[in-house]
Amino acid sequence: MATIKAGEEYGFFTDTSVCIGCKACEVACKEWNQLEGNNPTFLADSFDNTGSLDAQNWRHVKFIEQVPDKSATTGNGSAWLMMSDVCKHCKHASCMEVCPTGAIIRTEFNTVFIQQDVCNGCRNCIAACPYGVIGMNQQTGTAHKCTLCYDRLQGGLEPACAKACPTQSIQFGPLADLQQAADVRLATLHSQGMNQAQLYGRDDKVYGGLNAFFLLMDKPETYGLPNADNAKLPSRNDLGGYVGAAITAALAVVGGLVAFRRRVTG
Amino acid sequence: MMYLAAEHFVRSPQWLWYILFYFLFAGLAGGSYAIATLLRLSGDPRDEPAARIGFYVSLVTTVLCPILLTADLGVSWARFWHMLVDVTPGDTGLNFKYWSPMSIGAWALLVFGFFAFVSAAEAWLSDRRGSPLVPLLLNRMFNVIGAALAIFLASYTGVLLSVSNQPVWSDTWSLGGLFLASGLSGAAALIAFLMRYRPEAAFSLSRLHQAGGYFAALELALIIVFFVTVGAAGTLPRLLPWLALWALAVAGIAASLVMARGHMRMQASGGSAVLTRVRLDTLVVSLLVLLGVLALRAAVIFSAQ
Repeated sequence: MATIKAGEEYGFFTDTSVCIGCKACEVACKEWNQLEGNNPTFLADSFDNTGSLDAQNWRHVKFIEQVPDKSATTGNGSAWLMMSDVCKHCKHASCMEVCPTGAIIRTEFNTVFIQQDVCNGCRNCIAACPYGVIGMNQQTGTAHKCTLCYDRLQGGLEPACAKACPTQSIQFGPLADLQQAADVRLATLHSQGMNQAQLYGRDDKVYGGLNAFFLLMDKPETYGLPNADNAKLPSRNDLGGYVGAAITAALAVVGGLVAFRRRVTG
Repeated sequence: MMYLAAEHFVRSPQWLWYILFYFLFAGLAGGSYAIATLLRLSGDPRDEPAARIGFYVSLVTTVLCPILLTADLGVSWARFWHMLVDVTPGDTGLNFKYWSPMSIGAWALLVFGFFAFVSAAEAWLSDRRGSPLVPLLLNRMFNVIGAALAIFLASYTGVLLSVSNQPVWSDTWSLGGLFLASGLSGAAALIAFLMRYRPEAAFSLSRLHQAGGYFAALELALIIVFFVTVGAAGTLPRLLPWLALWALAVAGIAASLVMARGHMRMQASGGSAVLTRVRLDTLVVSLLVLLGVLALRAAVIFSAQ
């Protein structure tokens, strides 16, 4: 890979069509970022053993196990969908929009980063993130998520998960290069008859575009991702909320004045 | 604004007991200050004792707010001031994001705290002197500005929930108004309850009940709007486990409406609306209303988490 330079946009292209669910990305992420992980829980009905993204899981291999009643025929193995999920580093980031402390910033690599010395643990970002990415670290009292290995990028190294991925399902690089590679891959899959394949976050329909975007083999909702119609920023409710409150305030003041101005005898 | 049959794949922020009680006290603080101002604006000097109760309640409940908010931060409690000051190295300065209700709310709480303190101090000094400390006009002007902030404090907590991507909360625009109406209703009940410790304030009791009835009617209308908007978004099933809390909230509203109707009828039939003391029914209704105000907030907060 070419030298990593500040001022350029970097991201991930996660191609779920070649993910084998090995979880090397999860392990590499935990190892580099010194994440202890959560206590093991028994998830007998799934090969997923981390459950979700949170403060201890900055990469999470999702298993979407739509196993049919009948055996799959050759070339019809879509019952097993696997996807290495991660913070999307949205261009229009909901977490960054609502953060009251200024702890969430955009770095010189155009990634979204939570400054641990500024965050005060208010959890507004958790309420806002539409992907359920951010988790609360009870030891530090701050919000945690994928940093896109900010420290590694500063040292000219690619993120640990991409480095460890054995199938190149997770690709790291300049965003423009990744987008080009994704377009080629999508065209290849379509030419092979896999018309359900689609890119998620490649264009600006979802939060202005995602620095960590995906090639999916089914609808975004199947993977637990909001589709373009549902991908809305929290601030969409600012106006309605305040107008509703203002109308209520006006009616309440009139009601109060009517009640209190009524003259009484005695 | 567009509401969709919303899909939510979010994580809960775990805003629980501290936040629940913060929302309660913010509503009561804002509501009681607004009611006290309205009483003072009514122009009858005999309403002043009730107004002063309102200012005292407002200060006490306002003081509780930052304590609860700070406690909710857990081990990061010492960083509460990061809400107001950006400590990002190389980019320090004041934090103010007009599009983030939490950011505006932090400032509103600070500035309103000043108004609540000054108004309560003025009320206390006037009580000690036996006559008003500050000229009425000046006092009213100060109170009107304070009341605007008070209304914001009582309502922004609902807007804060809406400005998220959480199910239920972000599926409706009604929470700001709902929390305001409920805060006013609860504040009217609390002031009425406390009148038993200040008998001369009972002059305002009947009209306070009537005002409480108006606020409760607004609250009821907004609960209907809330259910309609959440239903349209498809997240109504999340409310079902909390129906008992909603029933409690509606019981409080009903009690307030019945009480208000009784006092209106008393006036309409030519009877004096001036009560000389706070009766048992006022105490019972006040407690029911306050319980309903708490239950409403609990139902809203818990339904998304």
